[in-house]
Amino acid sequence: MAGTVYKESSHAFRKFKSDFMMAVTVAATIVTLIPLFLVLGYLVFKGATSLNWAFFTHMPTPVGEKGGGMANAIVGTFEVVGIACLIGVPIGIGAGLFLAEHRLGRFADTVRFCADVMMGVPSIVVGIFAYAVLVHPMGRFSTLAGSVALAIIMIPLVTRTTEEMIILVPHELREAALALGVPQWKTSLSVIVRTALSGIATGVILAIARIAGETAPLLFTAFGNRFWSTSLVQPIATLTVQVYTYAISPFPDWQRQAWAGALVLTVIVLALELGVRWVTRAPAKAAR
Amino acid sequence: MADKLVTRHLNAYFNQTRAVKDINLTFPEGKVTAIIGPSGCGKSTMVRCLNRMHEVVPGAHADGEVLLDGENIYDSAVDPVQVRRRIGMVFQKPTPFPTMSIEDNVAAGLTLNSAGISRAERNRIVEKSLRQAALWDEVKDHLRRPGGSLSGGQQQRLCVARALAVEPEVLLMDEPCSALDPISTARIEELLLELKSNYTIVIVTHNMQQAARTSDYTAFLYQGDLIEFGETNQIFTNPKRRETEDYITGRFG
Ligand SMILES: Nc1ncnc2c1ncn2[C@@H]1O[C@H](COP(=O)(O)OP(=O)(O)OP(=O)(O)O)[C@@H](O)[C@H]1O
Ligand SMILES: [Mg+2]
Repeated sequence: MAGTVYKESSHAFRKFKSDFMMAVTVAATIVTLIPLFLVLGYLVFKGATSLNWAFFTHMPTPVGEKGGGMANAIVGTFEVVGIACLIGVPIGIGAGLFLAEHRLGRFADTVRFCADVMMGVPSIVVGIFAYAVLVHPMGRFSTLAGSVALAIIMIPLVTRTTEEMIILVPHELREAALALGVPQWKTSLSVIVRTALSGIATGVILAIARIAGETAPLLFTAFGNRFWSTSLVQPIATLTVQVYTYAISPFPDWQRQAWAGALVLTVIVLALELGVRWVTRAPAKAAR
Repeated sequence: MADKLVTRHLNAYFNQTRAVKDINLTFPEGKVTAIIGPSGCGKSTMVRCLNRMHEVVPGAHADGEVLLDGENIYDSAVDPVQVRRRIGMVFQKPTPFPTMSIEDNVAAGLTLNSAGISRAERNRIVEKSLRQAALWDEVKDHLRRPGGSLSGGQQQRLCVARALAVEPEVLLMDEPCSALDPISTARIEELLLELKSNYTIVIVTHNMQQAARTSDYTAFLYQGDLIEFGETNQIFTNPKRRETEDYITGRFG
């Protein structure tokens, strides 16, 4: 068949269609980005003007009094999230490794299904669960209960990303290690997990970013604390809960500090996401 | 001359399909045995049965016996990990560990198996293995670069070095030269002749000249069956079976 010769008009029409679709996608992109920039811009504007050194170094002042800061909540957030990681990361990675190595089978299917369901459970439900199994029997709110609640949110995220990342490791690598006489478990840890490590680290950091911003599950568990406490079995202040409490308070100075807290929290999460980019980039550069 | 490795009624299955059928073969100690046959005839599968790598594939299993120095490696008391340390393997596709440097790749079998190896000993083995695999001169100045940064052919020689570093008694090579240029191929073939005195070697190849040049014995496989086995010289000059003759003269099908 001979090549078709297009008429000039059809060329103009195709060009119009292309430009039109281009304009539509650009418009959609802008509409998507506007709220993001509005939120971020407003947050930076309100937060930066409210932020001062005392915010990082001082304790909350008594109700109604001006000044003070959220030093305890900043430390508290790191403590609660840190302990959640100590619980959630090993369990999540272990479960992910299991799912990847035993992909077929009823048990693996069940675990995978549960993890997916857990990811969809509203975080407040997780909070209520931790309240029922930890806070209620212990008779008080505690750091530990908060961390357990966050770990429960974190585990399915880490499990599923770990599984995905390990599945991506070529089967040949496992065989190469086994053929050297390396035992199965050592092959899994030293070769498979190590090869998938940057991907797993990405998943872990994203999960941390996610739980660092959780408020609802902490309301029932870590509760909040106006005083300095790092004890595992006492209530503890966290940025999210503190921001929530201050934001709905009637005092202008507290509302100002809520903005500052929101900004600090956002910067922490942003730093984590930048960490992801760094983690995923470095090995890629080294490998090729 | 001892029989290093002997198979008795060896069958290999992928789920229900039998890919290797009732193979009885003898691999004499200190000799090179070539496995030839058309694509898909079960060469890789058969060789992988010899160090219990076949069972690593999900759904795959083997039966029959494989005797290493007279001991059946499929005996239930035998640990496959120990078998694989004595019977090393180089795969068809190069598989360097991407997270490890060149030297770590070579030393992988040693460091992953025994922690207590001295730095000097490790370096000595790395250099020796890389020299044997004809890769030393190309990589000696950047041993710390990632193994994945090498070319395909260099990666394959890296895998040869990695297999040699653990000093196995038997070396299984599944088309080790399919990704190599003629110079590296010649070097690997020289290596086979060098290694022969200390190792028992099984090499799968599609290259008739290579089989003829390097091996002492040749086995011809067709559709999972062992058609003919004998001294390489005899197989190539005076094959007993019609199929063998057709295959090596390229008149197949
Ligand atoms: N993982 C697998 N699952 C199912 N069947 C397989 C698998 N691997 C190989 N087979 C089948 O087993 C038979 C033998 O395959 P094998 O890889 O041993 O052939 P080969 O002789 O090494 O071929 P080649 O020269 O192309 O490498 C083939 O028919 C193939 O389809
Ligand atoms: Mg093959």
